[in-house]
Amino acid sequence: MKDETPSYERYQRQILLKGFGLEGQHKLLQAKVLVIGAGGLGCPALQYLAAAGVGTIGIVDEDIVSITNLHRQILFTVDDIGLPKASIAKERLAKLNPEITIAAYNERLTTCNALAIINAYDIVIDATDNFSSRYLINDACVLLNKPIVYGAVSQFEGQVAILNYHSTIGIASANYRDLFPTPPIDGEVLNCAEAGVLGVLPGIIGSMQASETIKIITGIGKPLVNTVLTYHSLTNQMYEIEIVAKEVIRSLIPANAADFITMDYAWFCASPNNKFEISIENFNRMTNSADVEIIDVRELGESPIPTDFNYVQIPLSQFNNKIAAIKKETIVVFCQSGKRSLQAAQLLFNTFGETKIIYSLQGGITEWVKNKST
Amino acid sequence: MTVHIILFGQLTDITGVDKITVENCLDSDSMVKSLQNTYPALIQSTFVIAVDKKIISSNTLLTDQCTVALLPPFSGG
Repeated sequence: MKDETPSYERYQRQILLKGFGLEGQHKLLQAKVLVIGAGGLGCPALQYLAAAGVGTIGIVDEDIVSITNLHRQILFTVDDIGLPKASIAKERLAKLNPEITIAAYNERLTTCNALAIINAYDIVIDATDNFSSRYLINDACVLLNKPIVYGAVSQFEGQVAILNYHSTIGIASANYRDLFPTPPIDGEVLNCAEAGVLGVLPGIIGSMQASETIKIITGIGKPLVNTVLTYHSLTNQMYEIEIVAKEVIRSLIPANAADFITMDYAWFCASPNNKFEISIENFNRMTNSADVEIIDVRELGESPIPTDFNYVQIPLSQFNNKIAAIKKETIVVFCQSGKRSLQAAQLLFNTFGETKIIYSLQGGITEWVKNKST
Repeated sequence: MTVHIILFGQLTDITGVDKITVENCLDSDSMVKSLQNTYPALIQSTFVIAVDKKIISSNTLLTDQCTVALLPPFSGG
């Protein structure tokens, strides 16, 4: 019914636009957009897409509204605290525009449900707040050939990009892994809860995601395809960087749905337990092996100096220059507390990938010495 | 030879500035090493490098007055 006789009166101001017109409005009404994350980015994106008349909108979020959300997640009120975000967002948007179809998924996107949910939509808006979801969404969208309108914020800065969008013939489409091939070390990049965020910033970035989505649906303007735009709210500086698709990146992405379902994105993004860490017991088993390279990554002159096993010293500050010379197949790094060695392990992993087995001594030499004396 | 470096996000917490000019860095690897010597905390930072607004994935020759951007990932939403 609503497809045959849509009320165009509410869209009159945008139908007036040159290049948009009735045709643009028809395209919006036929489009299906999935917004993953109904938070700081998702709320404004959802409001503008619903108001603009995107015909079908899906909302994925397993979270409930809390008081600390309200300074930026503008679909919610104090009366919503404790209630599921996706359902409340659906209710609000239905009041804003009853002519469109809205689906709420009050669940976390996982490898088990992602392909089925995403497959029902044309475009995915990544409005999530963590790296494991971002890599999961990327890989699912590459498998299903769906474009991603990416947005992310930190403190006063934001990033927007259109990824995995196949537009121009002959130009390979870049995805999130072409931008950031591997996730940062756990704890290196702080989220909004840890680092803080100015409430209006995700409003700006989420609105830009809505704008880019409308552009690719209607075919107007020059969307940020294969381009990441950074915006700094304190200086109003914008900077665009071109993302280049790389053949080697495709091998990082699961080849098919069966491989995708077995992926552990939380593990891949190394939270909360780090994938490189080994216990003192396992470390001691390896210290006698000739096939294992043990490396002290502390700076020169740090004590204690272990004498019970053989090792080489490569201080973390010189690590990048000397990694390539490591020949053995298994590498175990240690430092004072186990923190710097985790960074060293990540650097090794960035260089060698799965071609070498890489470990980091949990608790560092401090715990090892303590364990030895007990 | 002068190279202009622009830093984003959490990288500016390490350097304290968002723009740095360096002299005599012939390629992107030596530029990163020189920056890491000045700011050792950058060694443990994740970022991508763009030379004149295009992301590079291997060592790249730099030219006089070129701009190198170091962009870290953001997770917040």
